[in-house]
Amino acid sequence: MLKVQNLSKSFNVGTENEINLFNRFNLNIEEHKCTAIIGSNGCGKSTLLNMIAGSVPIDSGEIILNGEDISKLKEEERAIHIGRVYQDPSLGVSPALTILENMSLADKKGEKFGLKRLIRKENNEKYEEILKALGLGLENKLNTRVKFLSGGQRQSLSLLMAAMKHPDLLLLDEHTAALDPKTSHVVMRKTKELLSNYKITTIMISHNMKDAIEYSDRIIMLDKGEIALDKRSCDVSEEELLAIYKAKLEEQIA
Amino acid sequence: MKLIITSLEQGLIFAILGMGVILTFKVLGESDLSVEGTFPFGAFIFAKFVSMGFNPIASTALAFCLGTLAGLMTSTLFIKLKIKPILAGILTMTMLYSINLRINGKANVPLFNYDSVFDSGSTLIILIVLVIAIKLIIDLFLKTETGYLLVATGDNETLVRSLGVNSNKYKVMGFMLANGLIALSGALMSQYQGFADITMGTGVMVVGLASIIIGDTIKKNASWFKNTSRAIVGATIYKIMGGIAIDLGLAPTDLKAISAFIVIAFIAYNNVALDLFGKASKKEGRELNVKGTKPIKEF
Ligand SMILES: Nc1ncnc2c1ncn2[C@@H]1O[C@H](COP(=O)(O)OP(=O)(O)O)[C@@H](O)[C@H]1O
Ligand SMILES: [Mg+2]
Repeated sequence: MLKVQNLSKSFNVGTENEINLFNRFNLNIEEHKCTAIIGSNGCGKSTLLNMIAGSVPIDSGEIILNGEDISKLKEEERAIHIGRVYQDPSLGVSPALTILENMSLADKKGEKFGLKRLIRKENNEKYEEILKALGLGLENKLNTRVKFLSGGQRQSLSLLMAAMKHPDLLLLDEHTAALDPKTSHVVMRKTKELLSNYKITTIMISHNMKDAIEYSDRIIMLDKGEIALDKRSCDVSEEELLAIYKAKLEEQIA
Repeated sequence: MKLIITSLEQGLIFAILGMGVILTFKVLGESDLSVEGTFPFGAFIFAKFVSMGFNPIASTALAFCLGTLAGLMTSTLFIKLKIKPILAGILTMTMLYSINLRINGKANVPLFNYDSVFDSGSTLIILIVLVIAIKLIIDLFLKTETGYLLVATGDNETLVRSLGVNSNKYKVMGFMLANGLIALSGALMSQYQGFADITMGTGVMVVGLASIIIGDTIKKNASWFKNTSRAIVGATIYKIMGGIAIDLGLAPTDLKAISAFIVIAFIAYNNVALDLFGKASKKEGRELNVKGTKPIKEF
């Protein structure tokens, strides 16, 4: 489904701040599964997603989505196949526009934007239904500007918008990290529902091991540009992951 | 009465400039400082074509069309060459200064001997019809799929790219439309005053900002009161206030300082006073809360 092959990436090459993040890195993502990526801060999780989505250029290697090398495509060209939800709840929506306007835009993703009216009454019912299924009461707020929604509501809307056209691949980058624990839990549950309903192939970065285990099918731990662990989520326990972290930390200090 | 009508007419001409400035400053949230070059550019293009024998309506339309090229220039400078938008606008303005002098080979072109779009009827009525038509077209445009992408580009480019769209295209479009309108405004002004002059652009940027700011202070939170209407109302109030000030004995040359003062006072109020007195919640206090836009805060 998604294959990352021989991917290399460095930042600040030739300066004293040179960081060699990935060196001939390989990754295989299975279809219809949710793969969680965990790893310490700065190990390159976000950079990896950014390279897959095309918002950060790669140095060399291939990114193959559905058999096609997308590494030469522009970010907006890849976006037609890839949905994203970011850590910052404002990034996945247009805060100045209303929920209805945001959803209408998301509904046209990948199509041609012309001189027709964007808002068509006949679609309202469809959007209301989608929002109703979310269970946050947003269906009554179609004409509310998104900037007036809470972080959790925005993030749920971002998720809906990213998944609306059933992308081949969904990238979630710590999308609940900016939310309070309770809201984070709600958004995680919505995420799970959505993914299992639509069967979207997903890569989810998480800083929360418990969430990672609970909501994914497979767990990958990144460390120094390598895969340090790759297991089915049902075969892994929080203790095990924490133990590995601890060992790595001690290794670093020693 | 004569004074009010003159001010109203000038206000309407500046309303077109104001609607252009809104597209870049508020919808896209970018500062386009080329305005002071684009405004006389429109005037000189009109002068060139009308003196070549084109009819005034075609010459005015050409001023709009060629004016869009100024926006293409500025946006290309900052998108392709990564020059900061503010500097890109200044560079375009500087180039336009030389170009403007080249167009007719002189710094002042009298137009009294040529036809103007105002010949066919009452100047005021022609302007009202034109301004309302432009306003309606912009409002309608902003409701289209493309128009919404323009608004979304100013609000969150990441989202626009995630829709599979190159957001830079919409920036270019916004800059081109804005500069077309500003050149159109310049072309109309030259016909109104009877000459095109190289200095006619001086200070119009601040007049445009002052107009928008005045327009924004009226019915702050009413979302039915569109940006375009705000620009029109703001520009006419600004000009009428200016007219009254002159009538009271102020020199016309003092008006520019006053417009600068309006801009300073408003932005200071927004940036400093609101924080000082803790007025309104931070979230909303700074927002002008005008549909689909950001406050002017660049300066
Ligand atoms: N644009 C950039 N320029 C320089 N260094 C960067 C850039 N983006 C990320 N980095 C560095 O790459 C490393 C990995 O960052 P990131 O992918 O954000 O980590 P993670 O998401 O795993 O916390 C960090 O050390 C970060 O400082
Ligand atoms: Mg990260």
